[in-house]
Amino acid sequence: MNGSATLESAQDVRARAASFVIAQREHPDWSEQDQAELDGWLAQSPAHMVAYLRVDSAWGKADRLSALGAPEARSFLKRPAIWRMAAVFAVIAALGAAAASFIPWQAQDRVYSTAVGGRETVAFADGTKIELNTDTVMRARMTTRERTIWLEKGEAYFQVKHDAAHPFVVFAGDHRITDLGTKFIVRRDPGSLEVALMEGRVRFGAAEQLPKSKSALLVPGDVVTATASTVFVTRQSVAALTHQLGWQHGVLIFDNMTLADAANEFNRYNQRKLVISDPSVARLTIVGTFHTTDVQAFIDVAQDVFKLHVETNGNEIVISH
Amino acid sequence: MAGTQDTERDGTGSTGAGICVTSAEVNDWFVREVLPLEAELTRFLQQNWRNRSDIDDLCQDIYVRAYESARHGIPKSAKAYVFTIARNLLIDRIRNAQIVPIDTIADLESLAIASDQPAQDQRLMARQELRRLQAALDQLPPRCREAVILKKIQGLSIREVADTMGISVKTVDRHLSEGACYLADFLYGDSARGKA
Repeated sequence: MNGSATLESAQDVRARAASFVIAQREHPDWSEQDQAELDGWLAQSPAHMVAYLRVDSAWGKADRLSALGAPEARSFLKRPAIWRMAAVFAVIAALGAAAASFIPWQAQDRVYSTAVGGRETVAFADGTKIELNTDTVMRARMTTRERTIWLEKGEAYFQVKHDAAHPFVVFAGDHRITDLGTKFIVRRDPGSLEVALMEGRVRFGAAEQLPKSKSALLVPGDVVTATASTVFVTRQSVAALTHQLGWQHGVLIFDNMTLADAANEFNRYNQRKLVISDPSVARLTIVGTFHTTDVQAFIDVAQDVFKLHVETNGNEIVISH
Repeated sequence: MAGTQDTERDGTGSTGAGICVTSAEVNDWFVREVLPLEAELTRFLQQNWRNRSDIDDLCQDIYVRAYESARHGIPKSAKAYVFTIARNLLIDRIRNAQIVPIDTIADLESLAIASDQPAQDQRLMARQELRRLQAALDQLPPRCREAVILKKIQGLSIREVADTMGISVKTVDRHLSEGACYLADFLYGDSARGKA
């Protein structure tokens, strides 16, 4: 197969790619239409993509020339870096020993966090939207060159704007999730990591990419669960996965979930914690939709439907026979 | 495509046949592993193809083949992969040519691919990068250099560059695009290749 059957010379393609790079990287009025035009040109031929990657990466490397400039002349730093440095140290102190691998801080990094029972939506300039659920901490490096997220703890729903030339990557602990233009949930609990894919494709693999690293390509409905010792993939219907997103509307949807699991879910959103120590009670299953902060509704079901005994001890609500 | 069976792939896709590597990963691989080979690749092409004006197009074709093929699985050794593609491309070109240039090497099949030579130390390359960027700057045409310096070193906006240089925004874009092309040639190709 002769892959060079094109009327465009390499020089023409490279020149066109360079104009795109300058327009995209250096003009603040670069619009969605402009991006669509670029994406269209890139999709026309791998020759276009290859030329674009080459000149874009070179132009990016040229940023290092700024080291030759006088500090006063550099206009890209709007606020002192020390201010943002203080924020990340506070977050890492709160996480404790878990934050063993410190990732060097960059000027454009930002940390987002929610309180227990809180929720926040962050929209980025590239069109990507990230919704943070309760008790979540996330660091974002979203620049024109790089789109990287570190999920330190908690849960987030990602709706990623596809950009073939700039992969969107989420790091959670030892794992890396690479987007292909998708909607997916990442949930990081103390002992486990869960990635559920709603739409598109993601690649799930190890954070550190070694020659023999294996990774899995996920399709909608796939749920990856990773603990310290295992990684496995299960399949669910996308409709069932949508139930997991009830929190976007402030609800929890239980579809034959054990009381123990349901109680754990409630506890993520509330300071008053449900405690079920009796194994036979823990195994009972519940179906229903609850507001995330409506612990009373859960207590009512325990008492009225399951005929269980409920006792309050300070901040704990103990449910037993 | 003959020759690519010589090199191993890391096909980790779970969907089976067809394209199983994401374009984001191929892009990443291409920038990290393939572009740093350009200087060596250019030298290889110059030694084995007499027509200098073809070099850019040959390089581009090799990149396209490497890129398209990598979508089916990222190869383990980028160097062996790219140079095998290069050798096969030259062989195809010679076979298809109406007139075979007299001083073309007759038996390209016997060209040894130095695949067991270690890849150039990437860290060393990074350290040298700033020096090479400075050297590249010196080689730019004067107005082009001025625009790149104002943009990249002084950190001015496009409008500010235009006002400082007394030219239009469109002309600034032209200078910067030209500068970007030159920089790509210098950083990857390691030398000036007579641009129009």
